[in-house]
Amino acid sequence: MSHKPSSSFVADTALTTFVCLLMAFLYVPIWVLIAFSFSSSRSLTWPIPGFTLDWYRKLFANADLLTAVGNSFYVATFASLLALAVGIPAAMALHRFNFWGKTLFRRLILLPITLPGIVTGISMLNMFRLFGFNPSLETVIIGHATALIGVVVTQVFARLQRLPKSLEEASSDLGAPPLHTFLHITLPNIRSAVFGAGLLSFVLSFDEIPVTFFLTGRDNTLPMYIYSTMRRGVTPEINAVGTLIVLASLILIIVSVLLSRDRSPR
Amino acid sequence: MAAIIELQRISKHYSKTIIGVDDVSLDVEDGEFVTLLGPSGCGKSTLLRMIGGFEAPTHGMIRLAGQDVTHVPPYRRDVNMVFQDYALFPHMTVGENIAYGLKIQGRSRAQARDMAVDALALVGLPDKIDQKPAQLSGGQRQRVALARAIVRRPKVLLLDEPLSALDARLRDQMRIEMKHLHEKVGITFIMVTHDQEEALTMSDRVVVMEKGRVAQDGRPQDLYDQPASPYVANFIGTTNFVAGSLTGRSPAGTRIASAAGDFTATADLALPQGAEVTLGFRPEKVRLLAEGETAANVVPGRIAEVIYYGLGLRTTVELAGGTQVHVDCLLPDSLARSAVPQPGAPVRLGIEPHNVFVFAGRVAA
Repeated sequence: MSHKPSSSFVADTALTTFVCLLMAFLYVPIWVLIAFSFSSSRSLTWPIPGFTLDWYRKLFANADLLTAVGNSFYVATFASLLALAVGIPAAMALHRFNFWGKTLFRRLILLPITLPGIVTGISMLNMFRLFGFNPSLETVIIGHATALIGVVVTQVFARLQRLPKSLEEASSDLGAPPLHTFLHITLPNIRSAVFGAGLLSFVLSFDEIPVTFFLTGRDNTLPMYIYSTMRRGVTPEINAVGTLIVLASLILIIVSVLLSRDRSPR
Repeated sequence: MAAIIELQRISKHYSKTIIGVDDVSLDVEDGEFVTLLGPSGCGKSTLLRMIGGFEAPTHGMIRLAGQDVTHVPPYRRDVNMVFQDYALFPHMTVGENIAYGLKIQGRSRAQARDMAVDALALVGLPDKIDQKPAQLSGGQRQRVALARAIVRRPKVLLLDEPLSALDARLRDQMRIEMKHLHEKVGITFIMVTHDQEEALTMSDRVVVMEKGRVAQDGRPQDLYDQPASPYVANFIGTTNFVAGSLTGRSPAGTRIASAAGDFTATADLALPQGAEVTLGFRPEKVRLLAEGETAANVVPGRIAEVIYYGLGLRTTVELAGGTQVHVDCLLPDSLARSAVPQPGAPVRLGIEPHNVFVFAGRVAA
C-alpha cells in the first residue's frame, strides 16, 4: 500500500470541485434572483442592462401584495404558536409517561407530516364544511398546525431524551411542584429545541401552498399571491419579494443561531 | 433518640417475577450515617429513591419523623438528595442552584443568597457562587450538589453513589470531608454505594443488601468481624472458604473437620453434629508460622504463588484437599524480604479460633 502524492492531489481536487459545484447548485439561483430584482429591464436578460430600485418601490406600493405578506405573517405566527402549544405537552407526555397505546399515539402525531398537503387540505376542507365553518385564514392556521405539531413533537422529544431525568427529580426534591419544575427547569433546558421547532414551523407555514389553497377563503397568503401573479410570467417585482424573503430568512437564521447557542456545553 | 426514618416491610415489585426490593424493614436513628451497600441490582438505589419519593413501594409503609410519607411526592418531603450525576441545573449559577429550593420556601432573594454563601463555605467552595456548573471540576460540582441539598436543612440527606464519578485520590479526600460534614450539620445521612471501603470508613452503620433483601445490618466492625453469611464475608473484605463438617463441641469452641485439617472456632452455631458447614477466615488474620511456632489452629499447606504489592505480600497457599487460600503478610522492613516464602515451599498456617467464621451449609467458593 503506497500512496503516491499525486493520487491524494487528484482526490483533493475532485472533492473541491464537487463541493464547489454543489454550492453553485444550491446558491447560484438565489444570486440570480437577487441580481434580477435590481435589473432596470422588465425582461430577464443577462447581463442586466442597469441598476434600479423601482421594483422595490412598486412592491411597497402594491396593497394586495402587502396584505398577502401580512396574512402570511399572521398565519405562520399563529400556526407555529398553536403547534408549540399542543406539541410541547405532547412531547412531554411521550417522554415522561408510559401509557397504553403510546406507540400508536406517537405514530398518529407524526402521520400528518407524511400526509401530502393535498390530502390534508381536502379532508380538512370537508370537515370544516361539515361543521359549518367557512374557509378563512383561521382554518388555514388549524390546517398548518396539524402537520407542524409533528415537527414540534419530533424536535422537542429528541431534546427531552438528552435531558437527564435527574434534573427534574432534583427540582422536585428541592420542593418544586411539577408546574414550577416545568417552567424553571425543563423549559429553559429545552429552549433551543423549542425555538428551533418554532422557527422551522414558521418557515414551513410561511411558504405552504397546497393546504392553504384548500382552506383559505378570499384572503391570500404571500405564496398564493405570487403563484397567482405568475400566470403573467416572472416579474422583477416578484424577484424583489424573493430577495426580501431571502434577507428576512438570513436575519432569522442569525438570530436563531445566536439565541439557541447552548451556553453550557454538555 | 427516635427513629427519623422507619421502613416497614417495604417491597417494590416491577412485575410478578422482577422484584427490586423484597420485604425490607429498617429504622434509621436521627443523626445517624447509614450506608446501603451492595452490588448493582441489589435494590439499594431503589430503596433510596423510595425514601426520596421518586418511586413508590408496591407494599409497605415509609415513615419520616413519625409521619406516613409512603405516597407523598418528593416536593412535599423534608428530605433532600445528592444525585449520582449531581443534577446541577446547567442554566443557573452555583448560587442560583443552591438558592433554588430556598426561594420555593418563600425566602427573600437576599436571605437565600446569604444562606447559599454559608452553605458554600461549609463545603469549602466560598468563591464559586457566580460560576456556572459547566465551569467547575467534578469535585467542585459534587460540593455544590452537597451544598444545595443541605442548605434547606432537611431531616434526612440521601446520597446516591455520591463519590462514584470522582477519581480515586479525590474520592479518598471527599470521604473524610463528607464524614466531617455529617458531624458538623447533624443531619441524618443515608448513602448508597457499592464500594465497601467507602461504606466502612464513612458510616456509623452499614446495611448490606443482597437481591432486594437485607443480608446484614450492623456497625462496620461487626460486619467485618462477624459476617452473618458467606455473602457478607466476601462482599466486605476478602474471605477464604473451606468446606467442612461439625464434629463436636469443646470448652475451646466448636470442632470442625475438613479435608485441610481440623479447626476449632469460637463461634457457636446451633447445628447438630455432622452438619455441613463452611469455614471462613480472612487473609490478613492468618499467620505463616515460623519453625517451632504454634497456634490454636495449625493447618499445613504448600505455597502456590507469591504476589508483592508494596505494603506486603499476598501468598496463595494450597491446603490438603486442594483448596487454595490467600494469606496476607506485611513486610515490616526490607530485611524480612530475605525470609520471603518461595513457591513450592511447605508452610504451616496459624489461625486463632476467634478469627474463624462458621456458616451453615456449603458454598461454592
